Formats: sequence, C-alpha cells, structure tokens
Amino acid sequence: MIEAVGLTKRYGDRLAVDQLSFTVKPGQVTGFLGPNGAGKSTTMRMILGLDAPSGGTVTVNGKPFVELANPMREVGALLEAKAIHGGRSAYNHLLCLAQSNNLPRRRVDEVLELVGLTEVARKRAKGFSLGMGQRLGIATALLGDPKILIFDEPVNGLDPEGILWIRNFMKMLAAEGRTVFVSSHLMSEMENTADHLLVIGRGRMIADCTVQEFIDANSELVVRVRTPEPTRLAALVTGDGGKAVPDGEGTLLVTDLTMDRIGDLAFDNGVRLHELSPLQASLEQAFMELTRDSVEYHAAVPGVDEKGRA
Amino acid sequence: MTTVTLSGALPPATRKAGIGGALRSEWTKIRSVRSTMWSLLAMAGISIGLMSLIAWATMHRWARFEPREQAALLKQPLEIILVRPVFVCQLVVAVLGVMVISSEYTTGMIRSTLQAQPRRLTVLAAKIAVFAVLMLVVGELLSFAAFGVGKQIIAGHIPVSLSDFGVTRSVIGAGLYLAVLGLFSLAFGAILRHTAGAITTVLGLILIVSNLTGLLPDSWGHHIHAWMPTNAGQLILQPHQLPDDLLSPWQGLGVFAGWTVLLLAVAAVLFKKRDA
Repeated sequence: MIEAVGLTKRYGDRLAVDQLSFTVKPGQVTGFLGPNGAGKSTTMRMILGLDAPSGGTVTVNGKPFVELANPMREVGALLEAKAIHGGRSAYNHLLCLAQSNNLPRRRVDEVLELVGLTEVARKRAKGFSLGMGQRLGIATALLGDPKILIFDEPVNGLDPEGILWIRNFMKMLAAEGRTVFVSSHLMSEMENTADHLLVIGRGRMIADCTVQEFIDANSELVVRVRTPEPTRLAALVTGDGGKAVPDGEGTLLVTDLTMDRIGDLAFDNGVRLHELSPLQASLEQAFMELTRDSVEYHAAVPGVDEKGRA
Repeated sequence: MTTVTLSGALPPATRKAGIGGALRSEWTKIRSVRSTMWSLLAMAGISIGLMSLIAWATMHRWARFEPREQAALLKQPLEIILVRPVFVCQLVVAVLGVMVISSEYTTGMIRSTLQAQPRRLTVLAAKIAVFAVLMLVVGELLSFAAFGVGKQIIAGHIPVSLSDFGVTRSVIGAGLYLAVLGLFSLAFGAILRHTAGAITTVLGLILIVSNLTGLLPDSWGHHIHAWMPTNAGQLILQPHQLPDDLLSPWQGLGVFAGWTVLLLAVAAVLFKKRDA
C-alpha cells in the first residue's frame, strides 16, 4: 500500500507535482498515466525517498520510505533513469545491493535466473543492450521478494520482444498478488495491464478510477450506421434526441443514442440497415482528450484533428 | 523462465538493514570495479617501481653531484624513497577518493544504493569507513615497502634506518597522509557530485593553490601557507621539523585531518539533504 497526501514538489517557481493525494491498493496493477513531464517520475522518486517533497507526505505500508527496516524486502523499483554502474558485473551489482539488506547470496543467482541473465552475470553491465539493462533492473527490484513493485516507464525504448517480455512479467507479478505501480505516457500500455488508473497532467490529479470507469467517463460511444436512406435516418435520430453526422456515402456516425435504440428506430420506421456497429473510443483517445490541456508542449500532429482523433 | 516461482524464496528478515550490511555492500562495490585495481597497481608501480628507478639513477650519478646537492640529499634521506613517491601517489589517491562517491552519481548507481538503504548517513559512513581502511592498509604497506626497497638502493651513499630520528614516524605518517587525503578527496566528490569537477578541484588545491599561498607576503601569508590542508599534512613526511615550520609533524597531520573532518561534515549535511 502506497499512500500520498497532498504530495507536492516544487523546483524554483515550477510545480512539478501539485497536491497529489492517492492510494495504490495492494494486489492490483495501478497504472500511473500522464504525458511526458507530468510529474510521474518525480512522484515515484518521492515515494522512494530519493527526492524530498516540498509539501505533503507519502508512505509505504504506513511508514515513510526512509523508516522501512529492510526497504528491498518491501518495495522494488525500476526507475526510468538508469541506476547501474556499467563497470560492475550484473552479479556484483546485485550482490552489493543484496548485502545492504542482509539478503542471502543465493538470492542473487535466483533473480538472475528469473530474468534470464545467468549467462551474462559475470559480464560488465556497460555492454548490455537496453533490454538486458531493463532485465537487470527488474532483477534488482525483485531481489528482496517485495510485495510492492514500482516501474517507471518500463517499456520505453524496448523492441517488441522486450515489451512483450516486460508486459508478461508484470502480469505474472500481479497474478501472484503483488502490488504493481507502473507509469506510462502511453494509454495503450495500460489498456491491457492495469486494473486501476491514476491519470495526472502538469502535476495534478486528473482521474483516479478503474480502467472501465475511465473509458465510460471520458469517451462517448459512437455508433456507425450504414443505410440506403441516410437522410431519413438522420432525421429520425435527430428527432429522438441523438446526433447524426454523415461519414461518407450512405454512412452516419450517431452519438447520444444507444445502439439498441437506433436499431429499434430503424425497424419501427421501415428503414433498411446494412450496418450497425459500435465504435468504442479507445483508451488512447480518451486519454488524449483528457490530458489535451495539460500537455506541456504542444506540437502539431499530422493526421490528428484537434479532438485528438486519428 | 516464467515457471520459476518468485515468492517464498527468502527466509524472513532477522534484523534491520544497517551499518553491517552497508559496510559489506561498499566493500563489494569498491573491489568490483576495475578502476580500483588499476589505481592500486599504479600506486604500487609508482612507489616501488618508479621510485627504485629514480633512486638507482641518483646513486649512479652520485659522484657527479655537487657537494651542495649531496648534502641536501643526506639531510633529507627520505626525499627520494618516500616523499617523492607519496607526491605522485597522492594524485592517484585523490582520483580514487573522488570516484568512490562521484561515480555513483555519474552512473546513476546512487539511486539503486539509496533505494536499498535510504538512511543516507549509514551509506556515507560505510563508504568513508571502507575507503579509509583500504587506503590506510594500502598506504602503510606501500610506504613500508617503498622504504624497505629504497633504503637498500641508496644505502651506499645515503644510509637511513627506521631507528634514525623521526624515520619510523615519517614512514607510518606517509600511509596516514594518503588515507587522510583519500577522505579529503571523497568529501569533495560527495559535495560536488561530479567526477571531473571534483578531481580538478582537489588536484588544483594540492598542486597549485597550496604552492601559490607560499607567495603571500608577511607573517599572515606564512600562516595561511602553513595551514593549507596538504601543506600541513605533508609535514609528517619529514623526519625533522625545519626551523621555519609553524607546525610540528603531528600538528600538521592534525590540521589536515581537521580540514577533512570539516569537509566530510559538510558532505554529510548535503548528502542527507539533497535530492539524489
């Protein structure tokens, strides 16, 4: 359990994290979502006691991180910025950290095995690929067999194979009942893995809800209707309180009416339908919609209109 | 790989992560990077290899020295076999001392370190203790080895023995000086957190500023010069206190140690306070 109350971090006159209050509940994957520069990493660094909050508090299992008896046994973290001395072998990197928490030496071999780095354990970390580096980071996080895991943008820059590996690994950790707190600036990353979402923008909390609630609250359901009589159907939809927008030859995009209602309307009035399908707005769209105002630096994105739809 | 179970692999914790684990951790860190071994080999090469060569060459040319030069060497019998090796070795010690902590910042390792042990003064104390002991052991071994080897080479013209006045103290003092210098450098590494910046600062102080203060006029200039950290510390390397030395050898080492303690205290305050 991670609890933040009014957590704030100020750099000069810039508020990187602004009065964040949230709870990361045990036994589920909580996604921490926000555009780049929203304050995700800073928040995680404050949880881990690396940065001191300018205001508010954050505790892990009821205590400030600095007071945990054996921190590695309670929290494991993989931060975005690398945290490994490249001149040291993977084995010695893990060993020196294990020793600081009085963990047995054999645990080092176990976590190396777990992430598949046993063969390169004696090689210096400097020669590791990005994917291997992330695996070593995860091995580090798992050393103390902690119940809470914090991952900051764990798939950033990885190739598809590495992304899949990390994703499956996170699912496995969650399936074991661990608390996983994972940040990303990509909604699609969360869509498959997270149970709960914390969405922040410019250091402020925008949403704290389940993934489904997030979609429901932030995306309107659009229904695509294809019919030989688009003008008649459009009039019927409008008359029933819905909105219909033409979308090419014989096709309407209908909002504010359920799919069932549209079908009934057409049937009752003898309008022939060739297609009636829901266009579920993706999480990515909902996310972009929500954080549009809080993105630090905007750039024109080719092919994306101002509502953030591709 | 995913069939390996993660949980239940660890015996329950019996004690809180503390200074014992931190000491073992720091020892693993320092012995597991190549730069440590290279630095220690360089120190051995300088204090025994290079020193032997210079001592041998000096003896070889002995007859061609002017009587004045011969007298100077006889008056300072440790100059060739102890003082000069220490002057060169101190550059290696300074670099090593800075890097013990600055490399944690340049590589990002500090984030792993402080996640494992967030009680920062425990981490810093362990670093200081491990490096101090390493430098003390290496420093004493090398200064006695340099003296032992060097004394044989110069015996023909410059007889010197541990039983001569102040010689044992100088040889022991050389190891102490290097250990204190190591911590002096470590403090700068911790304060500046930047390898190149800290090395430049320490070497600038040792090699340039310390000498420049010798140009300051009058009595106050003389005092500043005498109380500069390494100027004071190096007094321990001379068997005899010279007439215009303001400090005795032990007082000098004490002044150097005092500077070092002060800098370490500043480093500790900053290390505890600053964001990692």
